Amino acid sequence: MNALPWTIYVTFAGALLALLGGARSASLARGIALATAVAGLGLSLVAAGNFVPGAGLQTLVDVPWVSQLGIHYHLAADGISLTLVVLTGIAATAGILFSWNIEERTGEFFALFLALIGGVYGVFLSADAFLFFVFYEIAIVPKYFLIANWGSTRREYGAMKLALYSFAGSAMVLAGLLWTYAAGGATGFGLNELAAAAVTLPHTQVVIIFALVFFGFATLAGLFPLHTWAPTGHVAAPTAASMLLAGVVMKLGAYGCLRVAMPLFPVGFLAWQPVIGWLAVVGIVYAGLIALVQDDFKFVIGYSSVSHMGFVMLGLAAANTRAVGGAVLQMFSHGVIAGLLFAVVGRMIYERTHTRQLAELQRLPLHRLLPFATVVFVLAGLASMGMPGFSGFPAELTILIGAWKTSHIWALVAAVGVLIAAAFTLRVIQVVFFGKVDPAEVAAAAAHPLPPISLPEKLGSLLLLSATVIIGLKPDLLLNWIMPALQSPLFQAVLKKGTP
Amino acid sequence: MNSLYAGLFRALAPEAALVVAALAVIGLDLVAGRRQTLAWRLNLAVLIGALGVLAAGVLVLATGPVGAVFGGTLMFDTLAVAVRVGVLALMLLTLGVVTAAPLSRQPAEYIALILFAGVGFLQMAVAQQLLMAFLAVELASLSLYVLAGYDRSRPESAEAALKYFLLGAVSAAFLLFGFSLLFGLMGSIGFGEISHVLGYQAMSPLLAVALVMVLVAFGFKAAAAPFHLWAPDAYQGAPTPSAALIASASKLAGFALFWRLLWSGLGSVSGQFTAQHNYPGWLIVVALLSGASLLLGNFAALAQTNVRRLLAYSAISHAGALLLGILSAGQSGPGPLFYYAATYGIAAAGAFGVIAVVERHGRCQEITDLAGLHQRSPLLSGCLLVFVLSLAGIPPLAGFFGKFAVFAAALQMAGIASPAGWLTILAIALSAVALYYYLIILKQALVSAPAAGAAKIPVPRAAALTLVVAAALLIALGIFPSVLLGLF
Repeated sequence: MNALPWTIYVTFAGALLALLGGARSASLARGIALATAVAGLGLSLVAAGNFVPGAGLQTLVDVPWVSQLGIHYHLAADGISLTLVVLTGIAATAGILFSWNIEERTGEFFALFLALIGGVYGVFLSADAFLFFVFYEIAIVPKYFLIANWGSTRREYGAMKLALYSFAGSAMVLAGLLWTYAAGGATGFGLNELAAAAVTLPHTQVVIIFALVFFGFATLAGLFPLHTWAPTGHVAAPTAASMLLAGVVMKLGAYGCLRVAMPLFPVGFLAWQPVIGWLAVVGIVYAGLIALVQDDFKFVIGYSSVSHMGFVMLGLAAANTRAVGGAVLQMFSHGVIAGLLFAVVGRMIYERTHTRQLAELQRLPLHRLLPFATVVFVLAGLASMGMPGFSGFPAELTILIGAWKTSHIWALVAAVGVLIAAAFTLRVIQVVFFGKVDPAEVAAAAAHPLPPISLPEKLGSLLLLSATVIIGLKPDLLLNWIMPALQSPLFQAVLKKGTP
Repeated sequence: MNSLYAGLFRALAPEAALVVAALAVIGLDLVAGRRQTLAWRLNLAVLIGALGVLAAGVLVLATGPVGAVFGGTLMFDTLAVAVRVGVLALMLLTLGVVTAAPLSRQPAEYIALILFAGVGFLQMAVAQQLLMAFLAVELASLSLYVLAGYDRSRPESAEAALKYFLLGAVSAAFLLFGFSLLFGLMGSIGFGEISHVLGYQAMSPLLAVALVMVLVAFGFKAAAAPFHLWAPDAYQGAPTPSAALIASASKLAGFALFWRLLWSGLGSVSGQFTAQHNYPGWLIVVALLSGASLLLGNFAALAQTNVRRLLAYSAISHAGALLLGILSAGQSGPGPLFYYAATYGIAAAGAFGVIAVVERHGRCQEITDLAGLHQRSPLLSGCLLVFVLSLAGIPPLAGFFGKFAVFAAALQMAGIASPAGWLTILAIALSAVALYYYLIILKQALVSAPAAGAAKIPVPRAAALTLVVAAALLIALGIFPSVLLGLF
């Protein structure tokens, strides 16, 4: 367990080294970045190895930081944070493998990439609301530069929209936390202290504060109708950044909802529960339907991310132990699968064919040109649809069973969403990989074969695929960490009240 | 009597050091500078000036917080020492910027004027009496007017100086008028006695007039809306180091004096405005100025294409946040206000420093003039990143913690359902708006390609050192804010 804080330090140090190394040579920066990400993943796995599941956060570091305001540098972890830290390690390693071909300003790219990852590790390990917020904002700025500088389609627009949405969301969170701190007379920003302060506030205030904090975080989680930054941002971003955005950054928002908004203000949650639940299921269906009619391959995946994140939000809204546990499992599962899908679309296909239009891809005999990419995408698509044997299945099933206990109608509408997800995934598989091939293109392709899939791409795909298969076959590996964590008093305060 | 004067001289030794340094700068330039190049004369002047500022800093720390001096005319408390050290540090930063800025034809006088302005700033930090306060403000302002118009080759500089001077003179008239009314009503010019007399005197119409006069004058000096009109023109036209000084040291000293006058002099007529109690007082006027500055500064900055005007409107919005800090300082003490003003000064002066270096190798007026800075000078673009993100309030930089501390203090003062609470919510919401225009600057500097024919920018060693130290300070103070907050 004591290895966990080092994930943060190692990653930030790696960012600095990559920046310095990039000034000398690009391959040095790549090497440093990969070593850093692997070290982060290794540290998280070592910590996972000697982790003893239990209720409540297990403190890793706790020192006074700004004593005048009662702020502590307090890092702690439970099964939920551990799950997400492992996910971050996997996503970071895979992201670096899939950006092996970045040649322009390589050092800066990996420095920003690792700074973002460092912030994400920090958020997942923070037990002090101020510290949480600091890491949360550290993760925002690198995203802007990653997209604006290395992105594609309308990158400056997509980057600015994403940065402003994230920052507006975090401003709402800041307002809510400061309000609780000041009005509740808290002596510090520890989650327990803020929860105690929130209890003393009048009901109307708690309802407003909860809305500020929850919807502030939910903006980043892509909750309908606050999701509009996500498709444009994902499409504009370079492959590795899309993988991170969908893979871990959206999870920051959902994690904030789960770790901060819900346990601190259970009363506020109760008032907003129906709204959140409906927004989640509407988002699942709406984003799925939009994905069904997109012409741009990457937009399909972008909207599918919003749809799958809707399941996470539904799990949170259902507010019973099973549904919330499923939501955390879905965070992990979607992080891995979305990373894989974006890798195939952005790196393997777009950077070779230079098109993402479904109509143009249809004419190419992709299953012959890029058999590896085809296999990976079909597997990832099956996982994304929720096929048994992949991680999406236990996750979405758990959420649906949990949601059924809270509201039959939510579960039914969300189940329709599963069907829609199957429809849009099968549609792109069919159109892109097994479409009606133009014979002229086959001849042209034989004359100019696409560059073969490189080793880093294969390694990255294998890493992500094995993660989704292992968890798909044995979801208990994660659920044994997650479920005990939900027994902590802070979570039970909201989970007991939220279940009818 | 003798010991009284001895105490005064000891306490004012830093001012003396600055004056001696200023005279030495001019004298040496007259004697030795005749046959030398401009650059040599400038470097000599900056060297002597920097030594004078360092000596003043040592003297400030050696004297320490000795309390009231010279019959309560001057107050040397912790805040005074902190502000004096802060002002001197910001002057060093400005001097570092001067070495990189385009050369002026009389470098020695320029440095001397900066040092004279510094004497005014140091006095503002300790003034505990209306007359001293007025003299200090005017000494600093008169030097700043000349500094703003120092570049005689550009008509914009003259325009900046003229606007700054005319509006500054009007505000000085307001200030003097307000002060004389206060003296007439209270029968004293010492903050302590005024506070004492106000203890058993109710609010009167004439007192209200006096308060409004004083607040209007300070609104002018701090560039708070709706008295901000001089600021964009002054920032745009003034030589870059002058703009850096106006934006940094003068802000810090001004807000310290403002705090001292309002809370330790006029604290009992602050009024109150919670849901339960509502007494008229100056708090509500400061709240209005703060809200207007936040709104106008942030929204007007969105439309700017000139980077200096953008920084001017950003300064107006920060003045709004600083006024919020003044409001809340009654309860929390001056800690958050000082932290905010000092770190804002570093970031603003640093941003102007980067502009100064760029300007030496071509134009730097429009935001697009910064395009491709990451290729022209990675060092400058890295420093600019830190300065601008600190202005935007992104953690872990000091600008974030300054905002956080001020907002927390404002909310703790009277809760959410009070003007301070609403202003805090407004300020937090507007910080999301502000990110847009700060990112526009950074996009040009770090993402866009350089214009055709734009060469690499060599950074002079002194300027590089200054900027790197400033950026490192912003990071260090952001990570360890207790270093400053713990002083109070």
